[in-house]
Amino acid sequence: MDGFLLLSFVFLGAMIIAVPLASKLGLGSVLGFLIAGIALSPLLQTLGVDIISIQHFAEFGVVMMLFLVGLELEPKMLWDMRARLLGLGGLQVGVTAVLVTAISMALGISWSVAVAIGLVLSLSSTAIVLQTLNEKGLMKSDGGQSSFSVLLFQDIAVIPMLAFIPLLALPELADIAHGAADTAHGATDTAHADASHGSDDHGDDHGGGDHGGSMSLVDGMAGWMRALVTIGAIGAVVVGGTLLTRPVFRYVAVAKLRELFTAAALAAVVGIALLMTLVGLSPALGTFLAGVVLANSEYRHELESDIEPFKGLLLGLFFITVGAGIDFELLIANIGNVVLLTVGLIALKAGVLLVLARIFGVTGSDKWLFALGLAQAGEFGFVLLSFTVANNVIPGPLADQLLLVVALSMLLTPGLFILYDRVIAPRMFNAGDSEADEITKDGSVIIAGHGRFGGIVNRMLLQVGYKTVVLDYSSAQLDMLRTFGVTAFFGDATRPDLLHAAGIEHARMLVVAIDDREQATALVHYVHHNYPHVHIVARAVHRDHVYELYSAGCRDIIRDTFDSSVRAGRSAFEALGMHPYEAERRSRDFVQNDRRALADLASLYDPDIPNYENKPYVARVKELTEEQERMMRGEQSAFTSRVNRGWNPPSLGDVVAEEAAGKETDPRRTT
Amino acid sequence: MPRLIVYHAHPAQLLSKANKALALQAKVMDGTTYVDLYAEYPRFDIDIEKEQQRLTDHDVILFQFPLFWYSTPSIIKEWLDLVLEHGFAYGSGGTQLAGKRMMLAVTAAGPEAAYSTDGYQNFPLRTFLTPMEQTANLCKMEFVPPYVLYGALKAAEDGRIASHAETYGTLLEAIRDDQFDFDTAAGMDVLTSDTLPLRQEA
Repeated sequence: MDGFLLLSFVFLGAMIIAVPLASKLGLGSVLGFLIAGIALSPLLQTLGVDIISIQHFAEFGVVMMLFLVGLELEPKMLWDMRARLLGLGGLQVGVTAVLVTAISMALGISWSVAVAIGLVLSLSSTAIVLQTLNEKGLMKSDGGQSSFSVLLFQDIAVIPMLAFIPLLALPELADIAHGAADTAHGATDTAHADASHGSDDHGDDHGGGDHGGSMSLVDGMAGWMRALVTIGAIGAVVVGGTLLTRPVFRYVAVAKLRELFTAAALAAVVGIALLMTLVGLSPALGTFLAGVVLANSEYRHELESDIEPFKGLLLGLFFITVGAGIDFELLIANIGNVVLLTVGLIALKAGVLLVLARIFGVTGSDKWLFALGLAQAGEFGFVLLSFTVANNVIPGPLADQLLLVVALSMLLTPGLFILYDRVIAPRMFNAGDSEADEITKDGSVIIAGHGRFGGIVNRMLLQVGYKTVVLDYSSAQLDMLRTFGVTAFFGDATRPDLLHAAGIEHARMLVVAIDDREQATALVHYVHHNYPHVHIVARAVHRDHVYELYSAGCRDIIRDTFDSSVRAGRSAFEALGMHPYEAERRSRDFVQNDRRALADLASLYDPDIPNYENKPYVARVKELTEEQERMMRGEQSAFTSRVNRGWNPPSLGDVVAEEAAGKETDPRRTT
Repeated sequence: MPRLIVYHAHPAQLLSKANKALALQAKVMDGTTYVDLYAEYPRFDIDIEKEQQRLTDHDVILFQFPLFWYSTPSIIKEWLDLVLEHGFAYGSGGTQLAGKRMMLAVTAAGPEAAYSTDGYQNFPLRTFLTPMEQTANLCKMEFVPPYVLYGALKAAEDGRIASHAETYGTLLEAIRDDQFDFDTAAGMDVLTSDTLPLRQEA
């Protein structure tokens, strides 16, 4: 327990110190985590921490990230991406793997080992690239979308690779593999005589890690059964995601406990990952699928904001372990080799990517984003390397060096992104040869609270064709909405992360129509101060609430029952025989009077004192009431004349006097 | 028999004397349609279909209103803007009102003498009504000279309202019963309670 606390504190502390520092220096959070890991590595070594097993645990962050990516991707979008996914992704993996294999063979490595190396190094780092793209807001750009297609294909490609790699170590090939291992070993023998830990320590324990399926349902099954189980598992995710989510989440929502919802979301992700592992599929792929299935559901934003912090922390931990896992003794001993191989690898991968970008019509700065972003080797490389060692495909010492190449290339990636940011992108934009960034969200309206009030606002906006995002925290309300085909998301609108997920940064307007008075005020205050560009229309439940909303920064405040009450009063006037237009003018006058009194009393309102104890407030209310009563009762004519102002004819005396004086009779007033 | 509709427009009927008396005549008249525009549309949301149907269903369209700033009360302008659509009242295919008659019954604050080139209003009363007259022309309607009460502010004191209102009743009745002499009227500038051209009973 103490060890756990100590370790948690060390990792969290390192994050807190390093990441803001890196962000401040413009290096991005990923590099911050990596540096924190490097700084921690001596400490972790003294503590005897098994970094690799922590890394495998932290890889679950990648699984969560793909779930989140899936949530952002509706099935239709995924279908639209299919050409790039298969074409761009397939060619990237294929061409890179072939070239790396060829070069390895040219360097004198036997073909089976070379093939394994080719496969390992063809993959890129989903964790670093997606995290960085999201951070920089480049995910929706052409380069970002292409990168994502390739990464998704790689995630899928890992599965057949894991199946294929053991074949390279079949008995008849094993001798050659060992032969190659000996040669490679001989070359680096002196350099790392005492540094031969690495793969031997963890290779067997974690072979394949989360991605390999150390625990498996399908081992020993016939091929067709295996296929059947696999298809069944994917079907279960899709069907379960479509049919079960709603009733399950609705059931959980009944408890009205936020933590429970978080638990449910986590359980869903973990469960799917587990199922995928059992049938030998990539858990990342499985959760990605589940994400896509849920992308259209009303719980999407809530799921996003629940999973997001876990993903962030786990990924951070993962990056730290990458930094901490670098074996500096080995690195220093082989510095020339490793650096040369790393730079060569990055150059080769970037070259392949540039050619593919050209073929697939990715141009301008997007082309460079795509090529530089994906030029590193990735975390799947770690997994595959330990897997190859466990299967006697790549000899341990060679794998250790490759491990360094993979880690170093990941370490250099943030640098490449900085290169893109500082050098390439500005030049591209200045040269004007790239089209302006596509505006992906044309400012929508967020409606917080879809009851009788917000619902009508939503209907009006939709009718005219505005895009709305509805947030509500009542499952019953959502059920009702679904029957009417309204898109609404489940969640508590007062939570900043949910507002963020609903796109408050790009929103043009926020309509606050939630029932709870204090929450409404807090929401107005938060949005007004953090997103001043968002116009806020807020519902006030009563007069004092108007003052609270005003001081929170809202200038468009609607009292929820005021207008309808005035209409009821007007109907009463008409029913009592008043001419409808007179009733209309009298109710307008009432509204104006009331507004005046509201503004008048605003300066006297004190949120800390109840109104009935606020003496100046009470005194002014009495004054205003008396004034009103005087008008209605004693000075009936004064009131009437104000209401009828424009149409009140001059008195007969005036008419006669004016005519006698030869003046013109008022042309405006008549009977 | 011509079908008659009276559109009455007065925004403050509580204060009205002359127009209230006139409206009462129209309201109680059998066989004619009476519409209080401000009562029917207190928020100016005029029902275009309904109004066009009303126009189609009648032959004589009479607007009764006090003259405000040498023009109609604002709701009549709104009504004209919305109801007399292109393709209905004018323009290609806009022949729905052709052959109908438009007539006005107005009350004016100034005395008769003021409405002349020598008077302080500088123009004859008909000049101020030319927008309505041309509106009728464009809609292929026949514009009938207006039925006018001059010096309306003093009319109650002078005891002229009762007789003016009574003659208004006669006028409406005559139109309804096809006894109004439109041909003779056409040659007149304005109609008053003393100069109502009625057809002699045969």
